[in-house]
Amino acid sequence: MSASDLAEVAESSARTAAKTPAIDIGEEARLAARRRDRILSIASPLGLLVAWEVAAQTGLIDVRFFPAPSAIIGKLVEMAQSGELIDNVLISLERIVLGFLLGGVPAILIGIAMGIWRPVRAIVDPLIVATYPIPKSSLLPLILLIFGLGEMSKIVMVAIGVFYPMAINATAGVLQINRIYLDVGKSFKASPWDTFRTIALPGALPFIMTGVKLGAGLALILIALAEMVGAKSGIGYMIWSAWETFAVAKMYVGLFVIALIGFAFSLLLNEIERRVIRWKADA
Amino acid sequence: MTAAGECAAPPRRAVKIRIQHLIKRFRSLTAIEDVSLDIEEGTFFAIVGPSGCGKTTLLRILGGLDEVTSGEVEIADPAPGRPKYSMVFQGDSIFPWMTVWDNAAYGLRMRKAPREQVTEAVTRYLERTGLTRFAHHYPHQLSGGMRQRVSIARAFANDPEVLLMDEPFSALDEQNRTILQQELLRIWELDKKTVVFITHSVDEAVTLADKIMVMTASPGRAKTVIDVALERPRNVLELRNDPRYGQIVYAIWGHLKDEVERARA
Repeated sequence: MSASDLAEVAESSARTAAKTPAIDIGEEARLAARRRDRILSIASPLGLLVAWEVAAQTGLIDVRFFPAPSAIIGKLVEMAQSGELIDNVLISLERIVLGFLLGGVPAILIGIAMGIWRPVRAIVDPLIVATYPIPKSSLLPLILLIFGLGEMSKIVMVAIGVFYPMAINATAGVLQINRIYLDVGKSFKASPWDTFRTIALPGALPFIMTGVKLGAGLALILIALAEMVGAKSGIGYMIWSAWETFAVAKMYVGLFVIALIGFAFSLLLNEIERRVIRWKADA
Repeated sequence: MTAAGECAAPPRRAVKIRIQHLIKRFRSLTAIEDVSLDIEEGTFFAIVGPSGCGKTTLLRILGGLDEVTSGEVEIADPAPGRPKYSMVFQGDSIFPWMTVWDNAAYGLRMRKAPREQVTEAVTRYLERTGLTRFAHHYPHQLSGGMRQRVSIARAFANDPEVLLMDEPFSALDEQNRTILQQELLRIWELDKKTVVFITHSVDEAVTLADKIMVMTASPGRAKTVIDVALERPRNVLELRNDPRYGQIVYAIWGHLKDEVERARA
């Protein structure tokens, strides 16, 4: 038997292994279950809305606090047409995106540096540990004092919020990278920058994406809060001014839109995650 | 098949790797105790020994991943534009986040080789390791044997003068190991680079190597160096039917036996 025969044997056994079908019955049942789950998960919020509408129409609940969904949708359409809604959503999104850049980019750089170099970790880690427990919302007065009522204070709030989960996750992401990959980099004479770029960053990316998702949630909380107190635009401002004028339907529109943005973020981030870590077996 | 012809004093070749009075200690533990060794250019040099004899440490020192405690380790300067060595690691060492192609290109890219050279070398070694069809696959889509081929392609494509291989096949099943041994020999025959190959398998060492150093256990010392006077090119399977193969394996076991027993005592 020559080497090429051997190779053939190995290959044909690999082929058979690949062709072994998944258990068909299980597959069928799983698909059915998935269809059922999808129907149920669409039906449950719709059911709630219908119940709410009926209760509001029949006077079962106080429409001053819980206006009927139809009234809220009417308000939403009205605000969308006037441009009020779009303007406020766009300005909030802009602040979130800028805040993400301002907080996220240094978070990834510092987080990964902490993962790679022990001295950096020894220096930075205590600072993060000491400041992390401070509720970010309690920093708002200080931020307003330092950055004023302009755009910067809102952007900085978001930046502070996303910094922590992203930095902490980036460090954890690097630390869980198998040491052998760093040895490979060293053995092939990768420069510090190449080590960062080709090993630490991609290796930590699954963890970093988790940090981004956590950061996105925090960003929404903080932007709404910051805009309630120190802004004349944005969704947070919109909700706050609705309270001041007791425009309850408008308040609900604001809440609904924030929920929608949060949902859109998670869809978007899941898609980004799927693309950037497609090398993962289970992604 | 005249073994005599092969044994007749081979031309003296330049020393590629010189190790002098190498000592390596980890705190109080002496991993390597005074090893001196010359490896000539173009030699396939295997190191066998019981686990814990410091053979992997020796290779990591050669590969710049560990420091010596005392003594000297020297790899002759390579021709300009070529790296001194590339390493093939034990177990899974290819990057899961890179395709087969990018993994194989890694060494060349890290030393900023021109694009054409990268393309040319990677194409050639993926071809030689039978991975061309899988160039754009990710490691998780490959079997263990395939992944170790990528690791070999990565080391060869970097075009080093010395290949350092640390038990590259130990995680594979017997069948795959035999196949990869044959493939390694086939690729190695093409340009006969100097190889230092660590293994705990005596059979593997005899199958592949020109010379075998047997190491003693804790502290690791060079017990003896054995010449493997089996002609090349070798066929991994035919070799096992060759009486001289059995004799060499037997002789090495003779040296190892005491060591294994001493290590257990």
